[in-house]
Amino acid sequence: QVLFFGFGWLFFMRKLFKDYEVRQYVVQVIFSVTFAFSCTMFELIIFEILGVLNSSSRYFHWKLNLCVILLILVFMVPFYIGYFVVSNIRLLHRQKLLFACVLWLTFMYFFWKLGDPFPILSPKHGILSIEQLISRVGVIGVTLMALLSGFGAVNCPYTYMSYFLRNVTDADILALERRLLQTMDMIVSKKKRIAVAHRTMFQRGEVHNKPTGFWGMIKSVTTSVPGSENLSLIQQEVDALEELSRQLFLETADLHATKERIEYSKTFQGKYFNFMGYFFSIYCVWKIFMATINIVFDRVGKTDPVTRGIEITVNYLGIQFDVKFWSQHISFILVGIIIVTSIRGLLITLTKFFYAISSSKSSNVIVLLLAQIMGMYFVSSVLLIRMSMPPEYRTIITEVLGELQFNFYHRWFDVIFLVSALSSILFLYLAHKQAPEKHMAL
Amino acid sequence: MAALDRVKVLVLGDSGVGKSSLVHLLCHNQVLGNPSWTVGCSVDVRIHDYKEGTPEEKTYYIELWDVGGSVGSATSVKSTRAVFYNLLNGIILVHDLTNKKSSQNLYRWTLEALNRDAAPTGVLVTNGDYDREQFADNQIPLLVIGTKLDQIPETKRNEVLTRTAFLAEDFNAEEINLDCTNPRYLAAGSSNAVKLSRFFDKVIEKRYFLRDGNQIPGFSERKRFGGGTLKSLHYD
Repeated sequence: QVLFFGFGWLFFMRKLFKDYEVRQYVVQVIFSVTFAFSCTMFELIIFEILGVLNSSSRYFHWKLNLCVILLILVFMVPFYIGYFVVSNIRLLHRQKLLFACVLWLTFMYFFWKLGDPFPILSPKHGILSIEQLISRVGVIGVTLMALLSGFGAVNCPYTYMSYFLRNVTDADILALERRLLQTMDMIVSKKKRIAVAHRTMFQRGEVHNKPTGFWGMIKSVTTSVPGSENLSLIQQEVDALEELSRQLFLETADLHATKERIEYSKTFQGKYFNFMGYFFSIYCVWKIFMATINIVFDRVGKTDPVTRGIEITVNYLGIQFDVKFWSQHISFILVGIIIVTSIRGLLITLTKFFYAISSSKSSNVIVLLLAQIMGMYFVSSVLLIRMSMPPEYRTIITEVLGELQFNFYHRWFDVIFLVSALSSILFLYLAHKQAPEKHMAL
Repeated sequence: MAALDRVKVLVLGDSGVGKSSLVHLLCHNQVLGNPSWTVGCSVDVRIHDYKEGTPEEKTYYIELWDVGGSVGSATSVKSTRAVFYNLLNGIILVHDLTNKKSSQNLYRWTLEALNRDAAPTGVLVTNGDYDREQFADNQIPLLVIGTKLDQIPETKRNEVLTRTAFLAEDFNAEEINLDCTNPRYLAAGSSNAVKLSRFFDKVIEKRYFLRDGNQIPGFSERKRFGGGTLKSLHYD
C-alpha cells in the first residue's frame, strides 16, 4: 500500500507539476491517496486470481477499500473542488466555507437525482448504503470509461498507422516557414507605421484619445484628424495579419509534427509500433463490432471471452488441454495486461489533458477533478472487469458489491462506447478531409 | 521616417508570466486590458532614441518579438519556434516572481534561443543543463524581468529579490522587477526606465557598432552583416 502511495506522489510531482509550484499540500495528498487506493483495488483483484491471501481477509480488505474510496470520491473531493473554485472567484472570498458547503450540497443533490432514471434502486436497502453510492459512482464512471475508450479505440489506429500519414517534404515546411516570416515582416512594417504616426501626433501635442462623450462625438464628426482614419485602417489590417500568422504558425507546427512521425516510423521502434497499431486497430474494430451485436441482439455475455476462446479452440482445432488450468492463467495474464495498459493510458491521457488546459490559477481544481475522474474510472473498471473473468472469480466481487444489476452496466457501457466511437470516427474523418484541402490551397 | 534602422529583440519566458502584457506596456505605455494566450509569435514595435540627450541621438525601431509557448513543448513546436530566432540582437527573459520554476526555466530558454543562432544547420541541442561557460562568450545582451511584483506580500519580498539578483548575475544581465498592470514602474526617469534604456542602447551598439566603433552603413547590406558581425565576435 505504501508503495503505491509513494508512486502516486512521485508521479504527481514529476509529471503533472513540472512547471508550477505546488501551493496546497492537501491537493497532493488527496491525489496520491486516491491513486493509492485505486491501485490497491487492482492488487486485490490479482490476489483473487492467484489465491494468495485468506478468503475472509480478502473480503475484509475489499470492504475497507471500497468504503474509503467511496468516502473520498463522494465526500471529500467534491468538497475541495467547490472550495477551490470558490476561492478562485475573488468576489466570494469572505464566506469561502459557506459557499463551498452550498456547492457540495448541490453536487450531492444532482448525484442523487442521477440515480432515478436508472433501474438501480432496490427497495431492500436503505438510502445511505454502500450499494447506492456504488451504483451512482458506477454509472458516472462507466459513462466516462465508455466515452474515453470509444474515442481511444478510434484514435489509436489513426495515430499509429502510417497509412494515414500525409506526405510532407522539407520543401513544404520551408515554404510555409517563409510565408510565416513574410507575414511577420508585414505585421512589423505596419506596426512601425502606426508607431511613427502616434509619435508624430504625440510630439505635435495632439491628444489622440478616442473622443468620448456627447460633445466629443459631435466634434469628431466635424473635424476628423486626417491621420487617425488611416491608422484605424492599418490597425484592422494588422489584426487580420496577426490572425493569419497564428494560423500559419499552427500549420507549420502541424507539419513539423507529421514529419517527425514519418521519420519515427522509419526507425525500428517505429516499425514495431506500426505493427502494434495494426493489431490494435483490428482489436478495436472487433470491439466495436461486438458492441453493435450486443445491442442489436440484446445479449449479455455470460461466459468470458477467454473461456469461450479456449472452448472454440478445443472444439475446432481438436487440441486437448486442460480448460480449467489454462483458463486461469490466461485470464490472469489478460486481466493484468488490461489493468496495466488502462492505468498507463489513463495517466498519459490525464497528463496531456492537464498540460493543455492548466494555468496557475486553476491547477488545483484541475488536479482534483482528475483525481475524481481517476477514482471513478477505477471503480467502474472493476465492475466491468468482472465480465472478463471466469465465473469462479466473479463470486467475490458479486458478494462484495452487493446486488447491482451488472447486466445493465454492460449494456450501458456498450451503448455509450458505440456512440462515442462513431462520433469520433466522424470527427476524425472530417478533420482528415479538411487538412489535405488546406494543404492543396497553399 | 519609415527608413529607420531596426533591431530585433526576443521576449522569452514561460506561459503565463506576462510577456504580452509587458510588451504592450513597453510599446504603448498602456496596460493591456485583456491578456490572452499567445499563439505563435506576436510582434510589437517601440521607437527608441539611442543616446538620448546627446548630439549623437538617433532613433531606432526596436522590434519586440513575443514568442509563445512553454519550454517543455513538443519538438515540433520547438522547431517551428526556431524560425523566429533568426538574426536576433537581444533577449529579454521574463519570469514570474511568484513561480520559482519559471525562473529556472529561463536557462533552458536561453539555450534554446542561442543554440539556434549558433548552429546554422538548425540542430537543437536538447540537453537543458545549465553551463556557465556557454554563456560566457555570449555576445547577445540579456535583460531579466520579473513580473507580478504586486502579488508578493511585503514580508517575502526581500528573499525573492535576492534570489532574482543571483539569477541576473548568472546571466550577466541587468534585472528589473515590476508589475505589468502598473505603468508607474516604467515611468520616465525611474531607475527601471534607465536600466531599460541602457539595455536597448547596448543592443543597438552591439548590432550596429563594431568594437572599433565603426558604424555599418547601408540598409541592404545589413542583412548580410548582421549574421557576419555576430560570427566574427564569436571567433575573436
